[in-house]
Amino acid sequence: MAATLRDVTTYDLKLAAPLAAGFVLFFVTPLAILLALSFQTDPQGGHYGLTQYVAFLGDSFSLGVLGSTLWLGVKVTVLTLLLGYPVAWLHQRSPGWARGLIMLLVLLPLLTSVVVRTFAWVVILGRQGIVNATLAWLGLIDTPLKLLYTEGGVVVALAQVQMPLMVLPIITALSRIDPNLADASSVLGAGHWRTFRKVILPLSLPGIVAGCLLTYAAAITAFITQSLIGGGQMLFMPMYIYQQASTLQNWPFAAAISIVFLVSVLLVVSIFNALGRLSRGYADA
Amino acid sequence: MVSASPNGPASPRGQTLLLDGITQRYGASLAVNEVTLDIRGGELVALLGPSGCGKTTLLRIIAGFLAQTKGHVMVGGQSVDGLPPNRRSVGIVFQNYALFPHMTVAENVAYGLDARGVDRATQRSEAQRMLDLVKLGYLGDRTPRQLSGGQQQRVALARALAVNPSILLLDEPFAALDKNLRLDMQIEVKRIQRLSGITTILVTHDQEEALSMADRVAVLSQGRLEQFSPPTEIYDAPDSLFVNTFVGSANLLGGVLLDCDRSTGRVRLDAGGLIETRAPKGDLQPGARVTVCLRPEHLSVDPATSDAETLNGVVEMGLPLGATVIHEIRIGDGTAVKVSEPRIQRTDLLAPGTPVRLAPVAPRLASVFAAA
Ligand SMILES: Nc1ncnc2c1ncn2[C@@H]1O[C@H](COP(=O)(O)OP(=O)(O)O)[C@@H](O)[C@H]1O
Ligand SMILES: [Mg+2]
Repeated sequence: MAATLRDVTTYDLKLAAPLAAGFVLFFVTPLAILLALSFQTDPQGGHYGLTQYVAFLGDSFSLGVLGSTLWLGVKVTVLTLLLGYPVAWLHQRSPGWARGLIMLLVLLPLLTSVVVRTFAWVVILGRQGIVNATLAWLGLIDTPLKLLYTEGGVVVALAQVQMPLMVLPIITALSRIDPNLADASSVLGAGHWRTFRKVILPLSLPGIVAGCLLTYAAAITAFITQSLIGGGQMLFMPMYIYQQASTLQNWPFAAAISIVFLVSVLLVVSIFNALGRLSRGYADA
Repeated sequence: MVSASPNGPASPRGQTLLLDGITQRYGASLAVNEVTLDIRGGELVALLGPSGCGKTTLLRIIAGFLAQTKGHVMVGGQSVDGLPPNRRSVGIVFQNYALFPHMTVAENVAYGLDARGVDRATQRSEAQRMLDLVKLGYLGDRTPRQLSGGQQQRVALARALAVNPSILLLDEPFAALDKNLRLDMQIEVKRIQRLSGITTILVTHDQEEALSMADRVAVLSQGRLEQFSPPTEIYDAPDSLFVNTFVGSANLLGGVLLDCDRSTGRVRLDAGGLIETRAPKGDLQPGARVTVCLRPEHLSVDPATSDAETLNGVVEMGLPLGATVIHEIRIGDGTAVKVSEPRIQRTDLLAPGTPVRLAPVAPRLASVFAAA
């Protein structure tokens, strides 16, 4: 009897085999090699040990780079959330044609190359850039402000580039909320702000968590934007790893800091995930 | 707590609600057209009409979600036009209940009290009292998704009533429930409505629900108020052809008005026979073409005679339906007429093809309207 009813889940495994093979070949294997490399004590090969990790963790400069990279991610995520949530909310409340327009604007960054987008920011933020030119024309400043090659510039540029990653999950979460809930809240005596705080915000939490996770992961690994807008003065992990590997040919050290970076990011991600699990209760309401 | 019998008179404690010439326009189309309803305190009024006739629109205007194009809404003699929903003191039970999924049942019920700044202890005790009222006192710690449809509806009712609103609005509240549960909840809602004495508007497209629950029924068609009367009057003395056919079933027969006065009329039917009717609706002169509405239970099937002054026909089909027997009779002008008789009186089904004579069971049951 039971044998005739084939378990459909067995098909899934077979169908996933090509993907699994690719995953092992292009992700697990390089990661294993990276891990092995990080335990080499010397770029020329030789013994294995924890030398590279000790070097990284004992070096305040290296720890500073790691810290400022993780902190950069937090700043970008917060700014993206603050700017993105109202956009998602506006999208939700707009009539059909306006929704399409907002969606196009949100997706626009994804439709242009990272390099182009980043150079556009260079044009906007530069000494003779649009912002400085406008402020000078208005007579608000005498000498150009330093916007490019500052952390503020990096945060703003990254926030713009990562905006779709924040807005799309929040739009999805908001569109799942029954519009009657807001009506029910207001008819029970709640004003707009209370309705937002007590009903809309908690119910959109799964979208916020997903958006923050994606934005954070993308922001701290955004090599091109970080380097071009940040310039030479600021060093973040992706560039640091690149320098060690490519310029200094110190592959074991580059591997070790990659692993440290990976573990730190996984730590941050699991904190987000824990938050996500807390909000799961509301998710498929 | 005041005890009132479910069929007792409307409580004087409820607020009056006056809809004064309400019109709602969406672009070029009129969703609600000059509707005036004067509702007494504590009354349960059903808004009855087919889908798209403007019931929900009217409800949203009363709640303040929508500002009417024209007219006024008065609660307890005070205009509430321009007041936002959170300051109108209305309670709503939505068709899908719209319970807050991230809150417990007790938190849902206490939501309105919390919004009004009531302290925690009072919130808790009031929520418990309301849950006890809907017989769900033991479920306060559950979340809405752990409840059945009927239980969710009780919670929605408790939540709406907890803030002691002046007006209770129910938008198709029973549509999502299965048949047995629906009857239970209808009785339950009526009990609680009588107990609290709150003025209530029930929106429904189910005529049985409207007739069984409401003190008065407002029948709407295409945004217009067709009739606003007690249920028996809606059924027995419909004001329009629409009401007559929408509420209950009706056989429509063409004819010519012979004469009429304030209380009666006489119509010669196209299919043969003379019939004594109620006074025609509207300004109809003798000689006018009219439509006569006869409900299936207003007719009886008698053996055919050779008299030409009667309504004659031929049996098409007979159906025994438990307590009643339905016969379909094809009359002279080709119309099929349904006749429903108690089975106590008619124990045998008539065979198809039997020639019969149709007669009203009593005079002046039929309604007469100008021919459509
Ligand atoms: N927001 C709206 N915009 C345009 N037309 C609407 C809108 N809401 C309702 N209508 C129209 O108004 C009429 C009445 O709708 P509604 O009040 O929902 O009817 P009911 O609740 O009786 O089914 C319908 O013809 C509907 O299409
Ligand atoms: Mg409706």
